[in-house]
Amino acid sequence: MERIALIDYGSGNLRSAEKALQTVARTLAGEREIVATADPDYIARADRLVLPGVGAFKACMDALTIRYGLVEAMNVAVRERGAPFLGVCVGMQLLASRGLEFGAHEGLGWIPGEVKILKPKDPHAKIPHMGWNALELERPHPLFEGMGDQTDMYFTHSYAMTPADPSATVASVDHGGRFAAAVALDNVAGVQFHPEKSQANGLALIGRFLEWRPQ
Amino acid sequence: MVKVRVIPCLDVKDGRVVKGVNFVALRDAGDPVEQARAYDAAGADELMFLDITASHERRGAMLDVIARTADVCFMPLSVGGGIRTVEDARALLLAGADKVSINTAAVEDPDLLSRGADAFGSQCIVAAVDAKQVSPGRWNIFTYGGRNDTGKDAVDYARLAVEKGAGEILLTSMDRDGAKTGYDIALLRAITGDVSVPVIASGGAGSAKDLVDAVKLGGADAVLAASIFHFGEVGLDEAKQAMAQAGLPVRRG
Repeated sequence: MERIALIDYGSGNLRSAEKALQTVARTLAGEREIVATADPDYIARADRLVLPGVGAFKACMDALTIRYGLVEAMNVAVRERGAPFLGVCVGMQLLASRGLEFGAHEGLGWIPGEVKILKPKDPHAKIPHMGWNALELERPHPLFEGMGDQTDMYFTHSYAMTPADPSATVASVDHGGRFAAAVALDNVAGVQFHPEKSQANGLALIGRFLEWRPQ
Repeated sequence: MVKVRVIPCLDVKDGRVVKGVNFVALRDAGDPVEQARAYDAAGADELMFLDITASHERRGAMLDVIARTADVCFMPLSVGGGIRTVEDARALLLAGADKVSINTAAVEDPDLLSRGADAFGSQCIVAAVDAKQVSPGRWNIFTYGGRNDTGKDAVDYARLAVEKGAGEILLTSMDRDGAKTGYDIALLRAITGDVSVPVIASGGAGSAKDLVDAVKLGGADAVLAASIFHFGEVGLDEAKQAMAQAGLPVRRG
């Protein structure tokens, strides 16, 4: 039985993410337990981790760090044991070394890079970037395997991550300029869009995450 | 390029849909969850629930509707109606809503938008503006479901709402609401040209062409409609096809 920890740190819409994970898990072979939790013991031993997040970078990072042992447990699972990890929206942004929303703040630093406000070159591109937009695949990755180019996903954000190493960008999106829609490094991945709100396209990505075996 | 969103709106009272959807046969036409599923399957880009429950005590039913909908529909959900505090918003977001649309309470206390944006991010906070024309090129905002003329200018208020932290404007023309004569293009232009956040056009849709015009002429980022979708007068497919033919970016399921 695989243990999947959906990290519950008081940020965002856990219920949608939990229901999406459960719905997809039922369609896959194998047994999985999906638990929304902030328990360091469970998280340190989890087979996979999902980190959601909405709101401001600092508020989310603070909410992670004030929970005793949480970041340490995530480090044990992801960095030491190599458990597959998926960050969603601000959960992806927290992977960066630092965020520049309401001042500069340190992130998890698992994928070196910075999170900055979107500044579209096209004046018609509104901020927040809100709605369905098409992904451009930058390089092959198991999370996007079999997915056609120009697949629409649902975005809602005003900040975006710029990885220090451009090859960390797996998929990009254009909104008055191109930026990272998905990043990955080893067993760590993050998506700026909301797979749990992107109907069939998003659920398919969640399915691939649940079966992902990083090399 | 981000797609133009097509957003059906369901009026919910005490947890039941008031104007039933009948573009498909439903087992229970009053169940908002069944209707949400039908729209999910039909390719809606987002769904708006408008809670028109009169008494505050009975609003808990909306939490159940949102939770049951979020359990089966994996698309963005917005909820409006009767939200007066950050705690009201939090309860809806925890139940599974992605955005809350705030009208009267934000007009009376625009800082509520700031408190909401601080707590959940601007992308969660929609400022709902009910506007009625009072003279050429001037619209006042109305509160309490359109019963109270605040005397405030709609364009000024929209600008203030964005400054305070609203991430989106839901702009309803009270003159056009239910008239099916098309959205108020002049009102849309006055506001879409003035604010930096997405604007949802609401009030007046009668045909697929009206949806196209709201975007092409009015500058809207999304179009909301109720009865034309509920009664199958315009199918979501037909709406998107018309928009695509007009050169607008739309999502095809």
